[in-house]
Amino acid sequence: MLKDISIGQFFPGKSIVHRLDPRIKILLVFGFIITLFIVRNLVSFGLIILFLTVTVFTAKIPVKTVLKSLKPILPLILFTAILNIFFIDGHVLFRWGWIRITEDGIRLAVLMIIRIVCLIIGASLLTYTTSPIALTDAIERLLSPLKKIHFPVHEMAMMMTIALRFIPTLIEETDKIMSAQKARGADLETGGLMKRAKALVPILIPLFVSAFRRAEELALAMECRCYRGGEGRTRMKQLKLTVSDWVIAVFVTAFYIVGILMNLWIPALF
Amino acid sequence: MAIIRVEHLTHHYSPGTPFEKTAIDDVSLEIEEGELVGVIGHTGSGKSTLIQHLNGLLKPDSGKVYINNTDIFESKETLQKIRFQVGLVFQYPEYQLFEETVYKDIAFGPTNMGLNPLQIREAVERAVSAVEIPSSMLEKSPFELSGGQKRRVAIAGVIAMNPRVLILDEPTAGLDPKGRDTILALIQKYHQQEHNTVLLVSHSMEDVAKYATKVLVMNRSQLYAYEDVDSIFTRAAEIEKIGLSVPQITKVFHQLAELGYPVNSNTYRIQEASEQLLRLLKKKGEQEC
Ligand SMILES: Nc1ncnc2c1ncn2[C@@H]1O[C@H](COP(=O)(O)OP(=O)(O)O)[C@@H](O)[C@H]1O
Ligand SMILES: [Mg+2]
Repeated sequence: MLKDISIGQFFPGKSIVHRLDPRIKILLVFGFIITLFIVRNLVSFGLIILFLTVTVFTAKIPVKTVLKSLKPILPLILFTAILNIFFIDGHVLFRWGWIRITEDGIRLAVLMIIRIVCLIIGASLLTYTTSPIALTDAIERLLSPLKKIHFPVHEMAMMMTIALRFIPTLIEETDKIMSAQKARGADLETGGLMKRAKALVPILIPLFVSAFRRAEELALAMECRCYRGGEGRTRMKQLKLTVSDWVIAVFVTAFYIVGILMNLWIPALF
Repeated sequence: MAIIRVEHLTHHYSPGTPFEKTAIDDVSLEIEEGELVGVIGHTGSGKSTLIQHLNGLLKPDSGKVYINNTDIFESKETLQKIRFQVGLVFQYPEYQLFEETVYKDIAFGPTNMGLNPLQIREAVERAVSAVEIPSSMLEKSPFELSGGQKRRVAIAGVIAMNPRVLILDEPTAGLDPKGRDTILALIQKYHQQEHNTVLLVSHSMEDVAKYATKVLVMNRSQLYAYEDVDSIFTRAAEIEKIGLSVPQITKVFHQLAELGYPVNSNTYRIQEASEQLLRLLKKKGEQEC
């Protein structure tokens, strides 16, 4: 069923990872991604994997869930791996007809796989441990310097919040409409491309109609509560950096720097 | 012969996750052809889940569903055929309207059945007259209609398939009292004319008592009772214990009987109630003269 999609799912909790200021968390994830792509030696990768493991366990996210987040990109991983293994020149290890496998190919494949897997796990940890509201709040604050050049930061953040909020609702709605049209004999599964595209009409139209209806209702409800954009708006939950936020930020950043510096001393994987 | 037979049906939502939920727990029942069954139960008791098994929209985790003695999950073809034999009107069906005109929307089901244009026209006309939509409305866009009219069009869209079993999930939800009575009366009339089986999911015992011939009570994912309307309200105390209300008339008559008045405590229709009360009052009047 559509409902079982778990992209961007949030697992509420009280761990240090959950409580870390969302702004710091976003910046640290960015730092993580940059580090991941600079680092090219095995020891650093070992450290990164250790870091991820520790974070997953402190956040108490089920390992099964973490692995499940990799499933959608499995084809991408395989594709990259195959591409690298077979098409990189270098010292040939194995040859069979026109197929040949080189040592460099294998190394690069391993490197890319580690990078992609760590990237996805790192990024999903952000959404697993941060509520969508906190996330958009943090994005709004991080982007607030852009207000100076009249970029509508608040409006963007509000749009993101609303979009995130309505994804599950719309998925549920799609499910319902699909069931209802199937009950009238709509055939969504067989036939050629044209027939299938046509079969989507009875689902998409009601979905759009209902999305517009919901949007209108929400806009009305917001106006009834005097919403008029970000100007002068105060918040119930202020984001405030605490000492522990700073400590964690400094420690993790130092860790990234050490990981990157190791490139200088330890031979690269590729 | 039973038109619907359900054997040991069990269904879980989101199995294998922390959100797992048993929505149907070992339900077995047989429904005879021609009944108008009121399906009643609390929100979350599994009514909607149960009826979605009857036309194969949901697959049971275990158990069997037979329509007219055919296992509906036997093959894909059977399933597709069953969808036309068991017409299901979802809650708030007006949100599924999508065509340019009312006519085309009602014709969606018959077209999927592969009928020829003549048969389609016939089917639509029959459905339209069943739900009493004026034919001037047929060429309008369904999005222009009022809420109650939209709902009727949506119901017509299912009736047009001429199903042997018609299932309606809370067809009166969100309507005003007048719209509610209209819809229920239409359904009753349709049932009496076509003599087919109708399942009516409802929140209201009053409605069920007024229109249904049988009552199916769901409670906490299980089948609590399936019996005649006449006999179900003898168990009024039990039914109130699981948190469902019995019709107010029944309550009044239970108390009258307890106070020693010679009335039938198992009264649930206004008509019978007023007859009994009149008889009672008359008798009393005679004594006093
Ligand atoms: N699509 C779904 N996913 C997960 N749980 C569901 C879904 N639909 C219903 N449920 C749950 O199953 C139970 C039975 O629901 P339902 O059959 O809709 O009850 P009713 O129609 O009697 O109100 C409820 O607890 C509900 O929360
Ligand atoms: Mg329901």
